[in-house]
Amino acid sequence: MAKTILAVDDSASIRQMVAFTLKGAGYEVIEAVDGQDALDKANAYKVNLVLTDINMPRMDGLKLLELLRKLSHYKAIPILMLTTESGDEMKAKGRAAGATGWLVKPFDPKRLLEVISKVIG
Amino acid sequence: MSTDLEQFYEIFFEESSELLADMETCLLRLDVNSPDLEDLNAIFRAAHSIKGGAGTFGFTDMTETTHMLETLLDKLRKGELEVRSEMVDAFLKAGDVIKEQLAGHRGEGQADPAAAAAICEELKKLSEEVQAPAREIPIINTKAEILSAENEIAIDEIRPVLIDDSSELTYCIEFSNDGMSNMAIENLFANLKQLGIVENNTPKNEKELCKLKLITSNSEEDVWETLAFVVDPANLRIEVDSSDSVKVNVTETRIPDATHADVESLVEEDVCATTPMPPAPGYGFFPGAPAAPKDIDGSEFNLNLPQQHSVSNNKNELQAASNKPSNKANTATPANEASSIRVSVEKVDQMINLVGELVITQAMLAQTVSQFDPVVFEKLHSGMSQLERNTRDLQESVMSIRMMPISFVFSRYPRVVRDLASKLNKRVELKTVGESTELDKSLIEKIADPLTHLVRNSLDHGIETPERRIAVGKVAQGTITLRAFHQGGSIVIEVSDDGAGLNRGKILAKARERGLPVHDGMTDQEVWLLIFEAGFSTAEAVTDVSGRGVGMDVVKRNIQSMGGRIDIESVFGVGTRISIRLPLTLAILDGLSVAVGDQMFIVPLNYITESLQPSAADIKTVSGHGRVVQVRGEYLPVIALYEVFNLRPNVTAVHEGILVILEAEGCKAALFVDDLVGQHQVVIKSLESNYRRVQGVSGATIMGDGKVALILDTAALVLSSQQEIV
Repeated sequence: MAKTILAVDDSASIRQMVAFTLKGAGYEVIEAVDGQDALDKANAYKVNLVLTDINMPRMDGLKLLELLRKLSHYKAIPILMLTTESGDEMKAKGRAAGATGWLVKPFDPKRLLEVISKVIG
Repeated sequence: MSTDLEQFYEIFFEESSELLADMETCLLRLDVNSPDLEDLNAIFRAAHSIKGGAGTFGFTDMTETTHMLETLLDKLRKGELEVRSEMVDAFLKAGDVIKEQLAGHRGEGQADPAAAAAICEELKKLSEEVQAPAREIPIINTKAEILSAENEIAIDEIRPVLIDDSSELTYCIEFSNDGMSNMAIENLFANLKQLGIVENNTPKNEKELCKLKLITSNSEEDVWETLAFVVDPANLRIEVDSSDSVKVNVTETRIPDATHADVESLVEEDVCATTPMPPAPGYGFFPGAPAAPKDIDGSEFNLNLPQQHSVSNNKNELQAASNKPSNKANTATPANEASSIRVSVEKVDQMINLVGELVITQAMLAQTVSQFDPVVFEKLHSGMSQLERNTRDLQESVMSIRMMPISFVFSRYPRVVRDLASKLNKRVELKTVGESTELDKSLIEKIADPLTHLVRNSLDHGIETPERRIAVGKVAQGTITLRAFHQGGSIVIEVSDDGAGLNRGKILAKARERGLPVHDGMTDQEVWLLIFEAGFSTAEAVTDVSGRGVGMDVVKRNIQSMGGRIDIESVFGVGTRISIRLPLTLAILDGLSVAVGDQMFIVPLNYITESLQPSAADIKTVSGHGRVVQVRGEYLPVIALYEVFNLRPNVTAVHEGILVILEAEGCKAALFVDDLVGQHQVVIKSLESNYRRVQGVSGATIMGDGKVALILDTAALVLSSQQEIV
């Protein structure tokens, strides 16, 4: 069965491009427009990987990470941050919130797939 | 991948346009004296999102501009700098530049690189101004300086946590700083100081290796995590100080997962590694994080963090690294794009047309069916009434697709007013009321230009300069109010100002000068309408804003072409109110069909207050002015429809026919017809586009029996009756 990825970004263009890239590689993709939406969808669908933006309205990516890690299903699921902010502080926060890794925007579709295949194969 | 990217361009363009509009709204709402953090965050997020998209899609010019914007905004929202009005100006300008760049990428026009460079420079200047006063610590330029600075102050640091001395350990930390930026090292020190006392033991001449001593009660794992996050774990060595009883090789015991073996094997070679780093991969995993790949091989993953720092030397990245979002806004615009779709207007219009046809077909069927015996064809009749209900529901929901709140138009005026007011050195506040009032999309589009003209006019001619206002005892700040509301079947849009008002004498003098037929006995209303004459302007000086007299006549023509009317109320010295009255929608209306002779007319239902059959005694004749009817003590002029259209009626005595009482423009009149036929929903077909404009008729429709019926221009009829009476 195809692995399911939850792609979270408030920017529709980025989100759809991520979805397009991932679907092209055979993943199932669920899109969410912000942290709150993602949390709802993460509860409804038990996805295999979460790829989230950090800076979003309603609920940001860090809060999402924190809350996801509290859910039993998401304790050991890879969660990647896809973000423009590559500063140390952001990484520290991401790590503290429970991120598996980070990926810097602007993203290259090939690299995205490469990284994802490393974590969920 | 470039071909794959192109399909997302359009989404990105749309999204960026929306973000820019949101940004502008927030900027205009921003109170420079007490900026709302939510607004600042929303503006920042908009710039940030555009930058992210632009970067992904390779629109580097936009990336650069948004980046500068973002940098300054970030400082504002973090409180490193006070918001000043020139910043808001710069932001607005930057927004315009980005809009142009966006249009350029869309293939509409060409963005001016010079303008972009200029605004980038301006933003940069503004954000740098901040830096100097905001930072108390001098900017440290070299690693050696950082290290020595740390050395001097570290000992005095107050421990942030209560430390149980018994469990306190001293760690000796060694790591290679090769490829690390100054900022990274600075951050690292800051992080370590959170844990305990930091002592810098790096020899002054040592360039590549940092040696520290950390006294802390935190566990070794905490220390490891703090460091491993920034420093390549392969280049890191943490040891408990030899003066302590226990000596542990942290590298071996503290790596939490299977990666430790690999890491260990890498330690020796990598600490001394002098070979240049491979290009940054732009991603990384956190060692020991949930679900991190188990096969972390040193060449690719363990080197990521320091590689990232080597990238940080690049100016852009450095800026990005300094963007430390402090507290994220959770509100701002709720994203609702997931539950909406974009369709072209043509599709919607086609749907509306088809529904219009369906309504006609349904009316024809209903007419045919009504001839059948309702007892015998009971099912047919109930089916018909259900069809009618469904058609009506369908029609309503289709029409609602095209309805848009007028805020779409109103939202552009804060900017217009702001720019113009500063140009004219006037102080103006724009108030908008009833922004949620909905209007047909086609009207929304058409109303924008005339309304802009009226607003500019109010600002230029209406509102006085602050000095003048104070001299006449008004507050220095003028107010322009945009108001929209429903009234009957129309929507009324008002532009009012508390400015100088229209000067009757001046207008009359000017009209005479231009040879217009005027006289002193004209009513104010008539005088005001003169300003809609082509080429009419009373402004003494022609400014680039207005004063050339081009425009008001165009405004009037535009409004009339939409089936609307425009009225002016003005009191000299107090202000002016210009109201535009538009039909809600152009496509379908509820009407009452009335018969005169063998003709059928449609009266729009929302103008009708009642219908009655008068007694002969209620009808009075006013010599030379036709007849009036007394309705509950009120005398109303009687408009005989057969006289208006020169028809042969079945009845000529008013008390034998029916009077339909109409109310329009605040005036009442009684329309005299032979008979009432029924209530219909009619699809408006333009008479103008199919034939020509006819006085007293606003359109035509096809009735259920296939005949054409004219729709009466009720407002014009009522007004003409008023003029006769006066």
